[in-house]
Amino acid sequence: MTGATRLGKDLLALEPLSPEQIRLILDTAEPFREISERAIKKVPTLRGQTVVNLFFEASTRTRISFEFAEKRMSADTVSIAASGSSVAKGETLVDTARNLEAMRIDMVVVRHGSSGAAQFLAERIESNVINAGDGTHEHPTQGLLDLLTLRHRFGSLEGRRVCIVGDVLHSRVARSNIWGLKKLGAQVGVCGPRSLLPNAIDELGVEVFDRVEAAIEWAEALNVLRLQLERMQAGYIPSLREYNRVFGVTRERLERAPGDMLILHPGPMNRGVEIDSDVADGPHSVILDQVTNGVAVRMAVLYLLAGGRPELAEAAKSAGKGRGGDA
Amino acid sequence: MSAPDRRPILLAGGRVLDPSQQLDLAVGDVLLVDGKIQHAGERIARPDDAEIVDCAGLVVSPGFVDVHCHLREPGREDVETIATAARAAVAGGFTAVCAMPNTDPVTDNQAAVGFIISQAKRAAAARVYPIGAITLGQKGEALAEFGEMVGAGAVAVSDDGKPVVSAQMMRTALEYARTFGIPVADHCEDPTLAHGGAMNEGAMSMKLGLKGIPAEAEEIMAIRDILLARRTGGHVHLCHMSTKGSVELIRWGKERNINVTAEVCPHHLSLTEDAVDGYDTNAKMNPPLRTPEDVEALQQAVRDGTIDVVATDHAPHHYDEKEREFADAPNGIVGLETALAVLVTWLVEPGILTYAQLVDKMACAPARIFNLPGGTLRRGSVADVTVFDPTRAWTVDPRGFHSKGRNSPYAGRTLRGRTVCTVVDGRVVYREAAEATRA
Repeated sequence: MTGATRLGKDLLALEPLSPEQIRLILDTAEPFREISERAIKKVPTLRGQTVVNLFFEASTRTRISFEFAEKRMSADTVSIAASGSSVAKGETLVDTARNLEAMRIDMVVVRHGSSGAAQFLAERIESNVINAGDGTHEHPTQGLLDLLTLRHRFGSLEGRRVCIVGDVLHSRVARSNIWGLKKLGAQVGVCGPRSLLPNAIDELGVEVFDRVEAAIEWAEALNVLRLQLERMQAGYIPSLREYNRVFGVTRERLERAPGDMLILHPGPMNRGVEIDSDVADGPHSVILDQVTNGVAVRMAVLYLLAGGRPELAEAAKSAGKGRGGDA
Repeated sequence: MSAPDRRPILLAGGRVLDPSQQLDLAVGDVLLVDGKIQHAGERIARPDDAEIVDCAGLVVSPGFVDVHCHLREPGREDVETIATAARAAVAGGFTAVCAMPNTDPVTDNQAAVGFIISQAKRAAAARVYPIGAITLGQKGEALAEFGEMVGAGAVAVSDDGKPVVSAQMMRTALEYARTFGIPVADHCEDPTLAHGGAMNEGAMSMKLGLKGIPAEAEEIMAIRDILLARRTGGHVHLCHMSTKGSVELIRWGKERNINVTAEVCPHHLSLTEDAVDGYDTNAKMNPPLRTPEDVEALQQAVRDGTIDVVATDHAPHHYDEKEREFADAPNGIVGLETALAVLVTWLVEPGILTYAQLVDKMACAPARIFNLPGGTLRRGSVADVTVFDPTRAWTVDPRGFHSKGRNSPYAGRTLRGRTVCTVVDGRVVYREAAEATRA
């Protein structure tokens, strides 16, 4: 891997990134959106680069989104689904890292159930590492695609009010969203039962709403998080039914919103639990835009980590129509 | 530990510091004869046959006593043995250490206690005092045989590594231990609150996405134990206290003359949860590193006597056990060889503790509250002495540890305060110069 990018070697989290770095990724993603609209959705930008998608946790949406991004940039890709944790698999994560390194790969996209696992890998291998979700830490590309989606609708995030609703305690998406939104100047709220909010959430400078009605009154966009059903057994909430009754984002509640409201959801959705179908499929929803933007954001991240310069993203786009490209 | 060929030792010209008898002489001598302290005070004539140790510029104090460490033998001799731990101890200035029972098998019977003592004798370095388990197998279900274990040489009981979950079991242990005059040392942790936690619960755990252990997990058990000590009159010793709230609870108990003593570890007096940032598993321990406010409260508690002793909670792990995802890595750090320097660097040099207080916390008080020999330079006491250089700066390099453990959050840091010579039972068992030559 040659050439230092303005992102550094890896993308592990949004918390350490500057607003400029986040804008760089979003700006770079814009031209890549267009590539996905073409009949031939392929540019040669990452030709000759090897990317390993290493998924220690089940994932469909994120893994496929990364695979599309990689293939549309002509990278050679291998996807490995490892069930359970590395320990359960019998091989330690450090051994996995050493093996990957020995195979001279260029990039690793890693999803892992342990917070910090992506950083652990990144510190031990030369290859670029992209965090595709680590435990309950961060999911930076999800955060970025949420930012891109909101930016498209709002133009700028400066001063906009975005509320994250649901299980913030166990959500890596929430953390990436909070960091990313705040860095781009948005006001951030969180809403959910206190048993699903981190005790120290106030220290992040976010508004905390105990009632979803108040959150809807305040916000211009709601990012509705999946209620992780296994949490119910752990006793964080009494029942799914009560959760829907108290915290569910329903059409009736949205109708009382003072203005237009954007509805985001990182998926997969529990329809009828945290979000009702007529909201998920309704006019406020930008959930499918998120999916589209996810591929573009991941293309941008791959591109930037591979050494691409932002002004060359445009060149990559036009090069895709002919030959060449930048790697 | 008697040896017929022991020459008298004169520790000559050092600062003689023994808080057990309010002794602090800028320049004095300590003479050790036949494994006993024969003199500690003003300078004396040099005995003809004595080995002279020049202590100019050094502090001569009672040998340090660690009431809480993990020696891993039996069961995990790949990680540490009684012999390597005993050598690490004397290199750190500890002349005696108390071995927690969470070995494999658990030290919950007289034979296991006897095994530790025999291994320690063979090692011939620090004294090793076994601590027996409170409950069989540390399962919290049935009391271990305290009397048999004490008869074999155990000095306390503890299920450390695990809390005694049942309040009734803890009550019974405190009552039964009174018969033998031993403390019941408890690992204060409510397992329902701490479950799955990997670090302190707070802003840092939120940022890192790690499940936190709230301060209340410790404090709830601490106040339970204090109340049970009040009820029973038993001596409860609270292990490795880590929070401001615990300090306040201990203070509450002591003000009411409840029989409670407490320890704090050097790492909880010097590091905060910030050390975990970056997922450094060498900063992973239980109880976890807490906030600056907790550290300050603990420092003040050592200073004002609310916390009686400093103990290391020496917990060696194999390097590859720590080389993994943070949540899966084991808790604990090594501490025998850095304890003195950490206390000098973080507490004495900033003016929080005097050297006399440091020696009291590391030597006198632990021997006193666990009823152990040593911890004093009084004439006739066992000749367990530590000589240290209070100003020596050195950089921590775990590769040079005598312990097999390398898991130290202080690696690479330059600290001040270094053990120069350690004497156990009237015999020099560690001398820095010799070590330097050996290296």
